[in-house]
This record gives sequence, structure tokens and C-alpha cells, in this order.
Amino acid sequence: MEPREQTTAMIEVEHVSKRFGDVTAVEDVTFRVEKGEILGLLGPNGAGKTTTMRILAGFFPATEGTARVAGFDVYDQSIEAKRRVGYLPENPPLYQEMYVDGFLRFAASIRGVPRTEVPSRLQYVKERCGLQDWGHRLIKHLSKGFRQRVGLAQALIHDPQVLILDEPTVGLDPNQIIEVRSLIRSLAGDHTVILSTHILPEVEMTCQRVIIINRGRITAMDTPENLGRRGEGVSRIDMLVGSPSNGETLASLTSMLESLQQVETVKPEASGDGRHRVTVAVRGERDLRPLLARTVIEAGLDLYELDRRTMSLEEVFVELTTEEKKPELADLAEAAGQLDEVAEAMDEATEKGAEQ
Amino acid sequence: MRNFLAILAKDLRTLFISPIAYVVLFVFFGVTGWFFFIILQAAITQMALQGANQFGGPVPVDMASLITRSYFGLLSTIMLFVLPMVTMGVFAEEKRRGTIELLFTSPIRNWQLILGKFSAVLLVLLVMLLPSLAYLIVVYLYSDPTPPLGPIFSGVAGAFLLGGALVALGLFVSSMTENQIVAGVLTFGIFLTLWILGPQSGGSTSTLNQVLQYLSVLNHYDDFTRGIVDSQHVVFYLTFMALGLYLTAVSLDSVKWRQ
Repeated sequence: MEPREQTTAMIEVEHVSKRFGDVTAVEDVTFRVEKGEILGLLGPNGAGKTTTMRILAGFFPATEGTARVAGFDVYDQSIEAKRRVGYLPENPPLYQEMYVDGFLRFAASIRGVPRTEVPSRLQYVKERCGLQDWGHRLIKHLSKGFRQRVGLAQALIHDPQVLILDEPTVGLDPNQIIEVRSLIRSLAGDHTVILSTHILPEVEMTCQRVIIINRGRITAMDTPENLGRRGEGVSRIDMLVGSPSNGETLASLTSMLESLQQVETVKPEASGDGRHRVTVAVRGERDLRPLLARTVIEAGLDLYELDRRTMSLEEVFVELTTEEKKPELADLAEAAGQLDEVAEAMDEATEKGAEQ
Repeated sequence: MRNFLAILAKDLRTLFISPIAYVVLFVFFGVTGWFFFIILQAAITQMALQGANQFGGPVPVDMASLITRSYFGLLSTIMLFVLPMVTMGVFAEEKRRGTIELLFTSPIRNWQLILGKFSAVLLVLLVMLLPSLAYLIVVYLYSDPTPPLGPIFSGVAGAFLLGGALVALGLFVSSMTENQIVAGVLTFGIFLTLWILGPQSGGSTSTLNQVLQYLSVLNHYDDFTRGIVDSQHVVFYLTFMALGLYLTAVSLDSVKWRQ
């Protein structure tokens, strides 16, 4: 691995938290993005992606922690930092009544493009975003896809070192998505890009590194390949077993399976018609199917199905971003208690009504 | 400077491309024209009466200055109604449409944004006030003896200062909400309150009354229509504007913190 000093971090986020009153949107987030890299922020809706990006773009400051863009603190040196950032919010900030050219010229002047360079920059971003023939159109007459392109063009107009793109492909049709993705890939190198998405293939196709963020916290940070590999080590074997039927045999099978090496968890589940579906989670590369099959037979059961699946990046994502919530018995008891109370109250009310 | 100009040009374009500026100007010119006609008719009737009572009647009134004063009084009242319509959307619409995100993440300073927008509305105000002087110029040209020009100039200056103060206040209200109707109604309510403050407090000379008299935006306007430019009034309006713009800056900053 290269020593830290040689790499140049374009984005440095250190222990950043953001609270809105009692609600914590982002908590203790720390990451770096190296020059020329494309980083994907991946997470379910409401995970804190937009908040993180807004802090980096200087829209609002963090409650705690520091963030630097190209070496400039986004709060203390906000003007310098903003000069180096191109930002595309989730909803492109466009003035409906302006023409595409007029809008991009306005963006150029407030983003500090020197007056003499405006025509050439305008030309360049329009070419890059496929807007050559659209300069004289009113923005309100553009389709969603073209608005997104204008949004990208305004983010690029001042040739920023850092590009912050919040869900750049949302609302586009498949062809446009492919175009935008290849545009973003072609920008890497000269620009450092951070983009957010909740679409997994997008991350695999465009990003060199991924941060999975959930409930305002970073839950994983790695390359898409490595994240996918996380799943490779884990496989799930589904078995459908049947027996002359006593619970004891199934229980002994469960304990036999659990005692095997590499087996992590065993979950038996009745599947009706007297059979049982047993899900076995296995860690490690070795294929355990033959061993499991033998174990089932030894336990005196019949084996109907045996299916092995490895975890995809999608499953890794789901595992990292969802916290299973099973109804606790206590909760159920409480709910039942409440129902009783309601029933009693209703009875009383009826009685009173009858008395009257 | 360039950021300021860019915001100014953008906002002017927004005001004049959307029908806001045209509708406001149309209503303003229509209403001032109609009322000028009424004022003129009243003046003519007055003069006819005076002619009839030439001997032993009241001392002849300076008709030209009477018309000028009534006209400027009218101008201020109409501004009270139309200015909230110009200012209400200035920040509220940027917030509603999300374009505030573009402005806040661009390397421009708050004061460039606020002054740019303020100047754009002031230009609309100027476009409103200057052509409506045509009426007074007619009065000036056809009066005999020729009346002094002073009250016309000082009156316009006063109307512009009064308008500017109201605009600054309107921008502040607009910066607090993303609903421009709310901004418009609230601005109108505040204008009206400041309007009635003076006359309501009557002739009493208590301290509270004097404060209220001082705060009434209309009291300071009166001298201008008489041809008097008192620095006290100029300072009042400039302070009012500065306060309005400062509050706008504070309100925008708080948006950055809370959102």
C-alpha cells in the first residue's frame, strides 16, 4: 500500500455529525476521497447521504467535526472551498423561465468563471452533456432527462476539482442512465467525484470505492469487488427434508448440523405437508453439500432438495442496512393488554349507553 | 461586484419575464392615472368655486402644490398595496424551487446576494415611479404662474426612500418562508400596521406616542411632498432599509443552520 503522504486527499471528512433539533441525520462520519477517485455513497433513502453531501457543498455546516475540500475547510474557508466544488442537488436547481444558455451563463458568473472563458466553457459543458442543440430552449420545456443534463452542466461549468452529485441518474430512462454513467466515469481522473445512489449496479459500474451508510453512520467502506467478496465467503444452503415425522428427529438433525465445522447457523422451518425447510449458513470456501446430504440421511430423514447460494452484493447491502425487527413476546403481551383495556372501555361505554 | 451584478440581472429577468413586473406596473399606472384624474377634477371644481367668490372669498390656494401633494400622498398608498406583490417571491420562490441550493453552494457572499436582489426590486420601483411623474409635469407645464419644481423632485426622492424601506422589509419577510402568498400577506399586514401607527396615536404628546409617531413610515414622508428634504427623515429611511437588509441576512443564515 502506498504511504499516506504521497496520496492527495481531495475530500477529507472527519468525525462529522449533523443534528436537526433532536434528529440526528449524520453521526460521526469519517472518510477520505483521493484525487481522481469516484466514490459512491450507498444507502437506503433517508440514510444521511444528502445531508453529508450538503455539508461538503457548503449548503449548511456540520454540527460537529470538520470537512475539507481540496484542503479548504468547507465552513471556515467556505468561499475558497465552494470555488472548487461542482454540486448537483437531488432536484436540479434550475430557473424554469430561463433559457439553457442563459442559465449556464448565470451559473458561470456566480461560480466565478472568468468572463473571457465563459463562451468556451459553455461550449465545452454543452458538448460534454449532450446539450449542443438545446441552448435556446426554455428550461421549463425540457424533459426530466435533459433537466438532469443541464444540472450536470451547471455543476461542471467552472471546471471544479471536486464534483458532488446527489443521485445523478434518478428519473432518467435506461439510455440516459448509461450516458450519464459513462459521462461520470469519463470525468474521473481530472475531477474527484462523490456520488450518492441507492441503486447497486450503479455503484458496481461507476465507483472505485463505496461507502455504505445507514441511519447516518458508515457501516462499510470498501471497493465494490471487496464488498461483493464479503458475500462470497458466506453461502446459504437450503434443504427440504421430510421424515416419518417426529420432532425429535428434526431436533437431532439440527444439533448434528450445528456441530459441523464451518456451519454458522441452522434454521429449521416447517413447510407444511410434514416436511421441513432447513436453512444452513456456511462460512468458508469448502462446498458442504455432500456432507450435509449425508448428515440428513444419518439422522434418519429423507432429503428432497438441496440448493446452495452465495450472497450477492445486494444481499450484503441488505444485511448491512437493515436491522431485523422481530416482534418481541413482551411487545405482543403488551399489545394484547392494551386490546383488553380497549375492550373493557368499550363495554363500559355500551353499558352507560344502555342505562341512559 | 460581478456576483452582485449577476444576481441583479438574473432577478430583473425573473421579474420581467414572469408577468409579475408587468402586472404590477399595469395596475400601478392604471390606478395612479385614474386617481390623478379625480384629483384634477376636484381641483378644477375648487378653482371654479374660487372664481365665483373672487370678491370677499378665501385667499386663492396654490393649486399646483395642492395637486402635487395629493398625488404623492396617493402614490404612497398605492405602493403599500403593490410592493408586497413584488417582494413576496424574491426569496420564497428560490426556496420553494430549490434554487436557493445553487445560490448557497456558489462562492458568493450573503451581502452580494441580498444587495443584488434588493437592487433589482429598487429598479422596478424606479420604473414604477418615474413614468408616473408625467402627470405632475403636465400640471407644471400648464400652471400659471409657474409652480416651483422642488416639491416634485423631493416628492420622488421621498417616494423612492419610502418604497426602498418597504422593499427591504418585504425581502426580510420573503426570506423567512417558502410560501410566497404567506410572505405577501404578512408583508402587507406589517406595512399597514406601520402605516396606521402615526394617525392612530393622535395628538397626545406622551413618550409612547412620540415613539409611535417616529416609527410611522408615513410621517417621515410628509415633508418630502412639501418640498422639504430633512436629513432626519433621510436617515430614518436609510436606517430602516439597513435594518431590513440586516434582518434578511440573519434570516438567511438561520436557514443555513436549521434546514
